[in-house]
Parts: sequence; structure tokens; C-alpha cells
Amino acid sequence: MSGETSTIDSLIEQKYQHGFVTDIESDTLPPGLSEDVIRAISARKKEPEWLLEWRLKAYTHWLGMQQPDWAHLNIDAIDFQAVSYFSAPKSDKDRPQSLDDVDPKLLETYDKLGVPLHERARLAGVAVDAVFDSVSVGTTFKAELKKAGVIFCSFSEAVQDHPELVQKYLGSVVPQRDNFFAALNSAVFTDGSFVFIPKGVRCPMELSTYFRINAAETGQFERTLIIAEEGSHVSYLEGCTAPMRDENQLHAAVVELVAFDDANIKYSTVQNWYPGDENGLGGIYNFVTKRGDCRGARSRISWTQVETGSAITWKYPSCILRGDESVGEFYSVALTNNYQQADTGTKMIHIGRNTRSKIISKGISAGHGQNAYRGLVRMTPRAENARNYTQCDSMLIGKKCGAHTFPYIEVRNPSAKVEHEATTSRIGEDQLFYCLQRGISEEDAVSMIVDGFCKQVFKELPMEFAVEAKALLEVSLEGAVG
Amino acid sequence: MLKITNLHAKVAGKEILKGLSLDLQAGEVHAIMGPNGAGKSTLGNVLAGREGYEVTQGEVIFNGKNLLELEPEERACEGVFLAFQYPVEIPGVNNTYFLRAALNAQRKYRGEDPLDSVSFLRLVREKLKVLHIGDELLHRAVNEGFSGGEKKRNEIFQMAVLEPSLAILDETDSGLDIDALKTVAEGVNRLRSKDRGMIVVTHYQRLLDYIVPDKVHVLADGKLVATGGADLALKLEEQGYAWLDDGGIKPLNIELAGQTLNP
Repeated sequence: MSGETSTIDSLIEQKYQHGFVTDIESDTLPPGLSEDVIRAISARKKEPEWLLEWRLKAYTHWLGMQQPDWAHLNIDAIDFQAVSYFSAPKSDKDRPQSLDDVDPKLLETYDKLGVPLHERARLAGVAVDAVFDSVSVGTTFKAELKKAGVIFCSFSEAVQDHPELVQKYLGSVVPQRDNFFAALNSAVFTDGSFVFIPKGVRCPMELSTYFRINAAETGQFERTLIIAEEGSHVSYLEGCTAPMRDENQLHAAVVELVAFDDANIKYSTVQNWYPGDENGLGGIYNFVTKRGDCRGARSRISWTQVETGSAITWKYPSCILRGDESVGEFYSVALTNNYQQADTGTKMIHIGRNTRSKIISKGISAGHGQNAYRGLVRMTPRAENARNYTQCDSMLIGKKCGAHTFPYIEVRNPSAKVEHEATTSRIGEDQLFYCLQRGISEEDAVSMIVDGFCKQVFKELPMEFAVEAKALLEVSLEGAVG
Repeated sequence: MLKITNLHAKVAGKEILKGLSLDLQAGEVHAIMGPNGAGKSTLGNVLAGREGYEVTQGEVIFNGKNLLELEPEERACEGVFLAFQYPVEIPGVNNTYFLRAALNAQRKYRGEDPLDSVSFLRLVREKLKVLHIGDELLHRAVNEGFSGGEKKRNEIFQMAVLEPSLAILDETDSGLDIDALKTVAEGVNRLRSKDRGMIVVTHYQRLLDYIVPDKVHVLADGKLVATGGADLALKLEEQGYAWLDDGGIKPLNIELAGQTLNP
């Protein structure tokens, strides 16, 4: 057995393929957080007065809050005054007018990431409309969405163009004072996405966006708001990968989803922020508050996430099942390698009658990785005949990693039914040997076994995303074998 | 094709094989019988290169190569196949996908082009037909939820597709009722060929009613202590392993018809 440790060790050593820093000058506020900084952010974004007030209120709350320490995470103290809270996009006039004007280094970055050509202009911050004519893919998509009445734009644009919608729904799912990181985000968020699907509309395409920390446009404090009116359908994809940085980077996003009667929101994430090096140096601190509100009857919100990145992940995409017969789903694959730590899971709050929720969580730990599932299922007194099914599986690769499960179950209605199943397995030495004995290499065997383990989640992802997720997992475990 | 000389091996620090020698020619089927704890399964695992099985002495030459120097997957690609006593389940991994990955890995090793899915499926259906196995195995995950008999049949099916030159069947009969045993034995017999050597490891003689070996060896306390023809197996069946004590073999835990006797 002596050989095992070293084989597994070399197996899980793996380099972050998307790790490189793009050195591009950006318009950045000096580090530190104060009312002045918030006023400056708001002013630069030309925000209405109410939004500034909203931010300041959040900031006041935040000042009186403590960083939570209940998670199974070992976090060095974060100096919030050492963080720079604004890194501005350039104005249209100053923007590159075509890809030829874009810094070649940035284009190289996209090349390494395999970003599709038509995505690059937008990501590079090219003033898209000035560059692409009516046949360009982006513009065609926009036209198609507009025809359907779908609003899909950056959060900043939404603030300018649809202030009434933003004002109505912002903070209606995740209030400013919800938690420490949500309050911080509410005070300083820079940008993100806004989606509005009008009544009865089935969004004609998957909506996707790529976030990168060094792309000034989205920044570290994203704010996303998706509203699906009665009977509408939308599938939203979020994917990200970040350049290598040496200092820890703070990241605190908030995502709010609202689904009215019979509306259906599917939110898929592939998260690949820089996880730090093999010694645990660097990497993103990712504190995310994601919550969906099934406000209407028979509404449905489904979260699917594949988390392979970040040094620290603190994330619990949740559903509030307010509408009768509403459905919440959470499908998750979280992988921690080297010194990565993840405390992730979901909350399913059953309020309406006959509400149903399903949780499928797959945690994979390798190296010194620590992976915790934390999930709350709450059946409130009104939730007649509510049902939950939870399946929570952990896989360990090697002997220095850890898997932890913290289920919280609160049932206040006797007709409710809650099922919880949990398993923990070491990646079978037996399974590995079985594959080797058939001639399959160790590396292929590990990715095959892990892929099989995650299948229930991958099949929930849209096709191209599933392929990407599978590849990402392979990359993330690459060194882990041979 | 396979020559084992004075093989010593340890598991978890304990010496299990203590000087085992065996000579197997292509086309032959050898049975290895012996009481529990004699080292029967250890032999298969050592030959296949399982981690944790440490060879301390001796050599194994397979088709002119020093087998012990090769990695487990290289041994497989060289044509060593181990039919497991307890085939593991690999949830979520489709059986057909798994087998194709294995075959193509072996083809790549031999410098052949990978088989595309159409040719592979044709090959697979052909083999299933020969073995009289239904195709329901193809659609399921590797061994997941398989009955004991299905698992063993799946091993034989994999062997048929991978066409190894040396097949080691580790207690393939264990846990099978008589009908399942017959099906599996029939499959094995169909795969006997002049180019293929087989080692059938078993505790009971009954398997050898269906797979008639060219030679029978008795393994006790880490060594082959007796070798004979198929009739040796019958003698073991009648008299148990105890008569071997006369030959100076240390008494061992003897399991007979499911009963363990502690001498």
C-alpha cells in the first residue's frame, strides 16, 4: 500500500490552465471602503439618487455586522480596507472600436481560455454596436431577444433604462441586511446581469455570460437579477474563469431570482475562479449569496452548479417555495483539490402547499481539499404535503482531504415528507485497479470514475455546458493522476 | 507463454507466496486449487500488478517479457486479463463505454487505430451472440446493481471482447448457483483457444466438471504442493485438503462445503 500515497499525490497535482495575469491598465479607485467610495461608485455609474441611498443603507448595516464564522472554512482575516472596490469600464469613446484595437495580450488570454470568437469582442469591451453590423451574431441575438420582449443587459444598463423594474425587485429576494457579504455587495456592487422575461414568453435562447475578475466590466462584486413573469421560461448560464493572481482576491456576488405563477427559471453555473497554487497560495475568496423566490403557484427554480475553482467557496443557492405547488431544485458538483476549501449547499424553505424540492449534491475532495455540504430543509407550518428529497454523496481521492456533511432539517408540518440520503466513499482503489486491469490509464480511470459519480448533476446542464464541465473536472484533476 | 519461478510475495508485510513456480503453455488450462488462505487470490493479484502486493523474490516471464517490471495497465495491454472474484461497481459509467475505452487503450498500446462506435458495437454484438448473453448488460453502468451471476458473466464478456493471451479466473464460480455456473463455464470453454493460456483458480472441484483443465495444481501455504491431471481435482473433492498433510504440509484452515474447520 506504500505506493498509493505517492501515486495519488502526483495524480492530484494539477496546474491551473487558465492561470495568467493580463496586464491592462484599468481605471481603479484606491483601496478602502467608506461612504465616499460608495458615492464615487454611484456617481461614476450615474446612478439615480434612490440607488445611492440604497447602497448607503446597506453600508450602514454592514458596518454593524460581523463576518460569519460558522462555516467549515479556515479563512485568514480579510482586510476590507485593503480591497479596491471599483475598477471602471472605459467610456464608449475611449473603448476600442474593433478587435484590432484591443490589447493583444487580452486576445491571447481569450485564446488560452478557448473563448469563442464572437464572444471575444464583447468580453474585450469593444463597443459592439459600432463594430458589428446587423449580421453579427451578438446583434442578431439581441434583435431576437428584443422581438420576444426579453430584456437581457448589464445591471448598469438596466439601472439607466429600466429603473422602475430594478427598483421594484432589487433586494426583494436577498435584502440588504441579509448577511455580511450580501450587505457588502449591496453597498459596493459594480455590475452584473439583468434579465426580464415578460408574461408567457419562452426565452428563445440560453442566456449566457462570462465573468472574469480582471475584466473590469464585472468586477468582484456582481449583482444579478432575473425576473420571470407568469408562465415564462428562461435558462441562464453563468461561467467564469479567472487569471492567476498571487494575493487573495475577495469576491462577493449576489444573485436574485423571482419566478411568478407557472414561471420556470433554470440557472446553471460553471465556476472556475483561480483556486490558488498547489501550496494554497493565492486564489479567490468566493462568498456568494444566491437565492430564488418561487413567488407564484407552480413556479419552478432549478440551480445547477459545478464548482471547481476558488480557494474558498461559501455559497448556498437557495429556493423560497412560497407559491403553492412550486418546485425547487439544487444540483451541485463541488471539487476541492490542493488546499481549496468549500462550504456549499442549499436552503429549501417550504412555505406553500404541495411544494417539492430536490437536492443532489456531489462533493469531491482531493489533495488537502476540504469539502462541506451544508443544507437546510425547512417545512413551515403552512407547507401541507411538502416533500423534499436530498441525496448527498462525497468522494475522497487520497488520504489528506476531508468531506463533511451538515444537514439541517426543520419540519413544522406533520404532513411533510423529508428524505435524506448520504454516502461517503474513497475513490475506490478497487475501482481504480479494475480499470487499470482492463488497460485504462490511471488518469483516464480517475476522470471516468469521477464523471460517473457526477452524472446525475451533469445531465441537468445544458449540452455545451455539460461538455465544458466535464472537461473542467478533468483539467482540475489532471495532475491528480500520473 | 508464462513462466513463474520461485515467486515470493508479501501483502501488508505478511509473506503469502513462498516460492511458487508454474509453467503454462499457450493453449493450456491450468486449475489452481487450495484451501482458504493458501494464496490463490494473491497469485492473480500479483500477476495483474495490484498495488499493495509486494514481490520480494522470484521472476515472472510472460511472452518473453519480465512481467513484474510492467505497470498494471501495461500488463493488461500485453494481454493479461484477470476475471475478478468480486467485480467492482462503477456507478454512472456505462458498461459499453467502459469496455470500449479499455479495448481502445489496448489497441493504442499495440499501435492500432481505435475502433469507432459502429465497429465496436458490431464486435460486441458478435461476442454476446457467441456467449449467449443478452444485450441488457450493455445499457447499464459497470456492474451496478448486477446480480452475482451477471457480474461474472460480464467478466467473461469483457474477456471475450478484449481477447487476452492469458486469462486468470479468480474463483469465478464463487457465489453462483449451478445454472449460472454452467453459463459461465460454457463461456469460458468457448474462449479456449490454442493461442490462449488460462489459469482457473477455484476452491471447489465442481467448476472443473464444466471446465476440464489440462493440469491441476494444489496451492498450500504459498507453494504448489501437488500437480496432476484432472483426476487430482476429484481426489481433492473426495478427501479434502487434509491428505496433503502427509506430504509434510502444515495444517491450514480448511473450508469444505462452506464449513470452516480449525485443525
